[in-house]
Amino acid sequence: MQKGTKYALLFGAVPFITLVLALPFINRVEPFILGLPFVLFWIILWVALTPLALFGAYQCEKKFNQPESEDEE
Amino acid sequence: MNLALIIIFSVIFLSAVLGVFAGRGKKMDLEMWTVGGRRFGVILIWLLMAGEVYTTFAFLGASGWAYSKGAPAFYILIYCTLAYTVSFFILPVIWRLGKKHNLHTQPDFFIHRYDSRYLGVFVAVVGVIFTIPYLQLQLKGLGSIVTEASNRTIGFNTAVVIAFLLTVAFVLTSGIRGSAWVSVIKDILMLLAVGVVGLGVPHIYFGSIGGMFRALLAQHPNHLTFPGATTNMDTLWVMSTVLLTGAGFYMWPSIFATAFSAKSAETIKRNAIIMPLYQLPVLLVLLVGFTALLVIPGLKDGDFAFLSLVNKTYPPWFMGIVGAAGAVTAMVPASILVLFASTLIAKNVYQTGFNPRASEQSVVRLSRFMVIVIMAASLVFAIWLPNALVDLLLIGYNGVSQFCPGVVLGLFWRRINAQAVFSGMIAGLSLVLLLHRHDPFWGMNLGFVALVVNFMVTVFISWLRPAPKRAARFDSESAQL
Repeated sequence: MQKGTKYALLFGAVPFITLVLALPFINRVEPFILGLPFVLFWIILWVALTPLALFGAYQCEKKFNQPESEDEE
Repeated sequence: MNLALIIIFSVIFLSAVLGVFAGRGKKMDLEMWTVGGRRFGVILIWLLMAGEVYTTFAFLGASGWAYSKGAPAFYILIYCTLAYTVSFFILPVIWRLGKKHNLHTQPDFFIHRYDSRYLGVFVAVVGVIFTIPYLQLQLKGLGSIVTEASNRTIGFNTAVVIAFLLTVAFVLTSGIRGSAWVSVIKDILMLLAVGVVGLGVPHIYFGSIGGMFRALLAQHPNHLTFPGATTNMDTLWVMSTVLLTGAGFYMWPSIFATAFSAKSAETIKRNAIIMPLYQLPVLLVLLVGFTALLVIPGLKDGDFAFLSLVNKTYPPWFMGIVGAAGAVTAMVPASILVLFASTLIAKNVYQTGFNPRASEQSVVRLSRFMVIVIMAASLVFAIWLPNALVDLLLIGYNGVSQFCPGVVLGLFWRRINAQAVFSGMIAGLSLVLLLHRHDPFWGMNLGFVALVVNFMVTVFISWLRPAPKRAARFDSESAQL
């Protein structure tokens, strides 16, 4: 496995940690944040942040991996 | 003719015209029809994928779950996000294989990777079996939405038949390009409807979103934490369900094949990065369901929460917009589902299984013919046998998810072979079929349990058999991700 892919997978693990493993710990309504009960706020927050994590993964692959010639048209 | 009626019909016809024109001047060979000539950029791929994610379930199901089940509905926000994350890693590899070896469908991938025609036919048949109930569900959802939105001036059957004819028209003329272009209208209308209603109703009735949630908690203190209003959808169920559906999402034959339409692996990656943002409007749909529970409690069918609340709150012309959005929201996924179900039958059952020498033209001809047959069959089910396929639909996700070990391990593990994949799938599918009345199983989603067993069987049998001397079909680029 290339180095960039390893780093990218770490970024890819972010939604699995925050939106799956963390669920038993955030299953409550208080405190309300931005009008949303806590569990819903937490989920929305990490759904919205996942693109950032994936962008990080994308940058890692770009920086550390060999470019794939066939990707370009 | 009332205003709502005029709006709904204008939009449906306009969509079909756009869909038909999308394929003008393109030679509809298999490549163009199924994968749009592999030339879709970020925007078209996004429209296509968004077209498949936002089915009628987004309108009726998500608000219905919020209404009748509460917090377990949050799984919808999570699983797509997980699916896009998975897609970031696997779809570019699938795309490269598709480009290099001219693959058009999911069974094509299995045939190529495992060098097994039988596995391909098996995957095609299973894929079609689980796709047809989904197609029927779209037609049924469409009929309900249009009937309700037009204040019952359009009958269920009329709505379904008209949408059926128009959808078949643009699938036949434009293939996958038609679906992508109709998605433009669908997305604009859907975002408009969901935005106005989702932000509107909590403010109209409770002054603010927070106010609505406070009122909800006062009446239903347990509604907003797992397991909500259910007894068997606790945190463990949510966790196992999002893992299962996140893994299963790209295993739908129609969604899997979307990867092949992209013009580059880069396009797919960029698309995967932005897709989770498109999940955020589902929050608005959930807000509508929660508001409906307070404003119009006691609905027999939670799936009508969205439409009933709109009906109560907004003028009829707006109901027309919602109805139109709902109708197109059913037509786009229906077009993609029928396109791939028919291609699977023509290419991977007929050509692969029975007549490997069939020419490409005859495969395309048969695909087109099957579009009409499959749509007609779904129509019959939707109108006369609405409950015949309910069980199949409920286990649809559990079923197609069983392709996951064959796809993912196949991409990254040289040693896996056809027998192992087949045994794993049989094990997983058997569990899903035999135990589906005991779902959730030990508090977990049954499909998830079956998927774990499937993975174990696949890995175990791969180890048991001697390592392939030369894995000719395992491309070196796969291993590098």
